Amino acid sequence: MESFRTNIKPSSGFSPGLKELWQYRELFYFFTWRDIKVKYKQTYLGLLWALLQPLGMMLIFTFIFSRTLKIETGAIPYPVFVLSGLILWGLFNSSVSHAAESMIQNANIIKKIFFPRLIIPCSAILVALFDFLIALAIFIILCVWYKQPVVWDTLLFFPAGILLTLLAAFGMGTFFAALNIKFRDFRYVVPFMLQVLFFSSQVIYPLQLIERSYLKYILAVNPLNGAIELFRAPLTGSPPDMNVILISSVTALLLAAIGLFYFRKTENYFADIA
Amino acid sequence: MSSIIEIRGLGKKYKLAEAQQYLALRDIISNAGKQLFSKKQKEKEFWALQDIDLDIQPGERVGIIGRNGAGKSTLLKILSRITPPTTGNITIHGRVASLLEVGTGFHPELTGKENIYLNGSILGLKKSEIKRRLDEIIDFSGVEKFIDTPLKHYSNGMQLRLAFSVAAHLEPEILLIDEVLAVGDAEFQKKCIGRMEEISKTEGRTILFVSHNMAIVKKLCTRGVVIDQGKLNYNGDVGKSIQYYSDNNRNLVHKGNNGLYDLQQHPNKADKSQGLLSAEIRIKGTVSETASPGDSLEITVTYYTTTKLLDAELGIVIKDSEHSPLIGLNNKHLGTTINIQMGEKAKAVINIPHMNIYSPGTYFIDLYFGDGYHFYECLYDALSFTIVETDVFKSGTTVKPEWNKIFFSDMEIKTI
Repeated sequence: MESFRTNIKPSSGFSPGLKELWQYRELFYFFTWRDIKVKYKQTYLGLLWALLQPLGMMLIFTFIFSRTLKIETGAIPYPVFVLSGLILWGLFNSSVSHAAESMIQNANIIKKIFFPRLIIPCSAILVALFDFLIALAIFIILCVWYKQPVVWDTLLFFPAGILLTLLAAFGMGTFFAALNIKFRDFRYVVPFMLQVLFFSSQVIYPLQLIERSYLKYILAVNPLNGAIELFRAPLTGSPPDMNVILISSVTALLLAAIGLFYFRKTENYFADIA
Repeated sequence: MSSIIEIRGLGKKYKLAEAQQYLALRDIISNAGKQLFSKKQKEKEFWALQDIDLDIQPGERVGIIGRNGAGKSTLLKILSRITPPTTGNITIHGRVASLLEVGTGFHPELTGKENIYLNGSILGLKKSEIKRRLDEIIDFSGVEKFIDTPLKHYSNGMQLRLAFSVAAHLEPEILLIDEVLAVGDAEFQKKCIGRMEEISKTEGRTILFVSHNMAIVKKLCTRGVVIDQGKLNYNGDVGKSIQYYSDNNRNLVHKGNNGLYDLQQHPNKADKSQGLLSAEIRIKGTVSETASPGDSLEITVTYYTTTKLLDAELGIVIKDSEHSPLIGLNNKHLGTTINIQMGEKAKAVINIPHMNIYSPGTYFIDLYFGDGYHFYECLYDALSFTIVETDVFKSGTTVKPEWNKIFFSDMEIKTI
């Protein structure tokens, strides 16, 4: 019986709470499963929507930038180039925006039952990851279609890019989820901020287009730039810009640390103010 | 035997700003601005709980009673770790499941079965445990026909049944329950209480139970704890604690010299500027609170609204000394329409010509009023009156109160 001993005290100090997360691991699955199920219920096209959104964007950007503005993308045809950026961006975008809203949306549950609160924004990110994996399948098909050469030695950069995206999304998602509970103003800040991040990341244009290197490194503060740099490395054939990746990784780690810390610091009072 | 729950010096303080729905950054900025120019204003604080010491032994079933806002729910919220305490500490030896609401996390788009899994896992059941008990849960709920239908097509009653069934199959060492049994149909309620009693008795589960329904508390619990204004006032035998609560909560509102109850002081009153303002009780036509069985009861209420209410509801619930409802009626049941113009102060009288209650004791009256859309309020235990023992049949023999809660006037037995 001693194994289930619980002490309840006024909140103090910081701990990541990993042990408890492990105890409640099944809830990750159930919240993610619920959101995926609900997301595509009563839609005629169902899961196809996870494909149609990035494909539609790809067509639009291909038309604008490849046909009219003629952006130079080297070894990669523009549609492959832009879709690789778009699906990674889609992962980041929906992770952050859904995670930021997740605590408010689940306020009724938070007020009535205890479980590690981190599960909620993390599940929102897992839902985005699920959609991403579907979109990834269509991306691979597109690569085959265009007979895109792949540098197999650098294939590990590919998952590294996804991990970096997830890390940054976790940081921002948890940070804004916690802030949103206290200040609903962030509901309006987050979409605006995401738009800034979109245009400052190399989704629709390659970072190499920017000649001044200091400007490139400022843009690398946006973690998506490093992530996309990694993600595209096996396709471009040229080695990725390590400085960009380093700067982006530092930002992503910092974001994750700040997000986790702020979330854990304030989560005890979520039920009182949600 | 050592305690399963030890509570020492527990306190919970709320800053009143936190009770607000949500903050906007603007408020923080404007407050900061104000503080620059004025002396630092003292933040309003409110102790929802203070200096609570309580030990609970394994297998006990403890009823926590008290008025609305006394701090009962806060205590359960702290015990279930939804909100942290401000002072003190609690040690719990065992797994806790808390049921502060039925159907937490139910999603209308998911089917009944899917919701069992979701709700069960939120309540702390493992997937394998749910799988093992699935048939039992579905069977207990009585909605097996619709188990693969989305929850949005369920009636309220069916949703509740499903939710209760999941809850009834939780098997933690400690179960915390808040008021949830107050809803749902009586038959199913009985089934749930029966099940809780059974698991508590046979498997030694500990139960903490918050309720307004003293009859259920008395039936289910072995010990009673009375909380008032954040303090623990009584701790002991369940019957005595209900008695203590009843004695100390006879009148929630103050009665003026003119015999008028000022309902604006009632603790449930959300908006003091409107709704029920005052009430008066007349027994046999005169202002009084003591009645004999069969007397007439007249309740006159005055109300006021700042909006126009069409087809409003005005009702009463009369409850016995254990707070079990005897009757609950409103104007719609009696075929009276109440329309209220904006800013109108109006009166209504609820007239019971023959109040055929027999059992001597204190009776409580809840008043509720509103259209459920613009305005609605329910004032618990707003009024009370006492029934005194009377020879209703004028036969000179005493009638046993435990056998005669009510009586029928003009009843006779004759040989034919």
